[in-house]
Amino acid sequence: MIALVDCNNFYVSCERVFNPRLEGKAVGVMSNNDGCVVARSQEIKSLGVAMGMPAHQIDPHIRRQCTLLSSNYALYGDMSSRVTDVLSQHTPHVDVYSIDESFLSFEGFEPETLEERCQVMRHQVRRDTGIPVSVGLSTSKTLAKIANHRAKKESVFNGVAMMDPNSSDTRAFLEKLPVNEIWGVAGRSAARLHTLGIENAWQLRTASPKHLRRHFSVVMERQVYELRGESCISLDDMSQPKKQIMVSRSFGRLTTDKTDLREALRVHASRAGEKLRRQNGLAQALMVFVHTNRFRQDLPSYSRRLVIPLPHPTDDSRELIKAAMAGLERIFKKDIWYQKCGIMLMDLCDHDNEQLGLLEEPISDEKRARNEKLMATLDKLNREHGKNTVRLGMPRKQNAWELRCEHRTPRYTTRWEELAVAKT
Amino acid sequence: MSMHFTILGRVDTMARPLRLPLAGGEVRAGFPSPADDYVEIELDLIAHLIKNPSATFFLRAKGTSMEGDGIKDNALLIVDRSINPQPGHIVIMSVDGELTCKKLSMMGSRPYLVASNPEFKPISLTGHDCHNWGVATHSIQPLAPGFTV
Repeated sequence: MIALVDCNNFYVSCERVFNPRLEGKAVGVMSNNDGCVVARSQEIKSLGVAMGMPAHQIDPHIRRQCTLLSSNYALYGDMSSRVTDVLSQHTPHVDVYSIDESFLSFEGFEPETLEERCQVMRHQVRRDTGIPVSVGLSTSKTLAKIANHRAKKESVFNGVAMMDPNSSDTRAFLEKLPVNEIWGVAGRSAARLHTLGIENAWQLRTASPKHLRRHFSVVMERQVYELRGESCISLDDMSQPKKQIMVSRSFGRLTTDKTDLREALRVHASRAGEKLRRQNGLAQALMVFVHTNRFRQDLPSYSRRLVIPLPHPTDDSRELIKAAMAGLERIFKKDIWYQKCGIMLMDLCDHDNEQLGLLEEPISDEKRARNEKLMATLDKLNREHGKNTVRLGMPRKQNAWELRCEHRTPRYTTRWEELAVAKT
Repeated sequence: MSMHFTILGRVDTMARPLRLPLAGGEVRAGFPSPADDYVEIELDLIAHLIKNPSATFFLRAKGTSMEGDGIKDNALLIVDRSINPQPGHIVIMSVDGELTCKKLSMMGSRPYLVASNPEFKPISLTGHDCHNWGVATHSIQPLAPGFTV
C-alpha cells in the first residue's frame, strides 16, 4: 500500500505553531519580495483570495481582515524536515515529493491495519511538530493522491482516507471526478481527452491504455493502470509543472565526498533550470536536500534540507546553481555517507507575471554576458587601483531592489536570537 | 557428560548497533596499553539532553514568575512536544493565543497553570482558550558574566 501524506496549508500551519493567535484567522503567505499570495489558510480562501493573487490587488476591505506574512523559508524548511523525520519513524520508505508532501510505502504491512496506523502517525506528526496532515491510502500513487484529497475535503474520514481500487464507492467517486483534477493531467491534455470522449476519471480508467499511448505518452498510459490501482508511475514522471520542479537522484554508491555532492547538485540544478525554462516559469526559492540511506542502520543517519529564497524570480541556471552550492555549504556534514541529494524549485510563477524590482528589467543572455564582463572589469579595477575605485551607484541599505520581506516572522527554529518567546 | 547453558537473553535484532570508537592503541599480546583508557568519543551535549530531536524546540523564557522553579528571565528552555503533560510538569501552553510557561497542577479535580512566584495568580485551564504546546525539560542560563544562552 502507498500513502500520500500532505501537510494542510503548510506555510500557514508553520506560522500558527509559533503564533497561536493566527489560529482561526485569515492568513496568507506571500512569495518573496512580498509579491503574490503563495499559501492560504482556509479562512482566507473563504474570503475569495485566490492562489497567486498579487497582494496589492486584494480588495482593501478584505485586505483589512487578513494577516499577510512574508515567506519564512528558514522556518518552513526546518518544519518540513521534522515532519519527514516523524514519518520515517513509521516506515523507512519515505519519498519526499515536495516541501509539504511525501509518498510512503507500506510494503508488507497488513492492509487492514493501515488506517489505524496512519491515524497514529497523523496524531504523532501533529503532537511532535504542531503541523496538521492528511493521509490518502491506496495501491497506486494516483489513487493515493485522490484519496488524500478526499481525506482533506470530507470530514467523515477524520484525516485518513483509504480507497480500495475495486470498490463501488471508488467507482462512484471516479465517475464524478473530472480528468483535469487527476494528478499530472494538465489542462491541455484534459481538453484532448475530452475530444476522445473521456471526461471523468472512471472513463480514463476504462479506456484502452494502448490507444492513449498512441495519442498521448507513456505517462498517460501508465495513468490508466494507476487509476486501476496498479502502481507503475515513478515520482520523476509526475512533476507538478505549475507548482514546483524536483530533480534528485540516488548515488550509485554511498559517498562522503563533497565534490560528488557538488557535481550532482550542479547537474540537478541545470536540469531543473531547463525544465523551468521549457514551461516558461520562474522560481522564487530553491530547496537543497541531502540524506543518508535509511536502511543502513550501521551508519549514522543524517537528513537535512534547506530552502534558499532567490533574490528575484529567475530561470537562470547559473543563479540556481549558485544558490544550490550555497545551500550545500550550509548543510554538508563531514564523514557522513550520503545516498541521495536533490534540489527543488519552489513557488513558481509565470515569466509573464515576473515582478520586476525597481530599476530591474528582464535580462537577455547577451545582456547578462555583457553584465558579467562589466563585473569582471570592475572587479579588476578595484583590485588594481584599490577598493571602491569604481562603485555601482550608491550602495546603501534598504535599497528598493533589495529582497523585500517586511512581514517575515522570526526564524524561530534556526536563529538563537529569534527563538519563540514563552511568557513566564 | 552434560553441558550447562545459561540463557543470557535473546539477541535483539531490532536494536541499532552502538557506535563505538575505533580502538586507537595497537593490539598487543600480554597486557593492555594504558592509553586505551583514553579512547573516547566526544560528549555530545545535545544528544545527552534531547531524547526526541524532531519534537524538540528551543524557546526563550520572558518574565519572572517561574524563578522559584529555576527559570530566570531570558533563560533558554528546551521543550519536548512529544511528552504527555502530567501534573507537576513545567509546561508550555498556548493561553488565549500566547505561549505561556507555568507548572501544571491540580486543585481538587481541576487543572491550573501555577507560577512559582506567589504574586502571580493560578490560571484555570477551563476559563481560557488553552492548548498544550509541550513540556519544558531543561532550563539553561548563563552564570558567568559575558556568557549568553
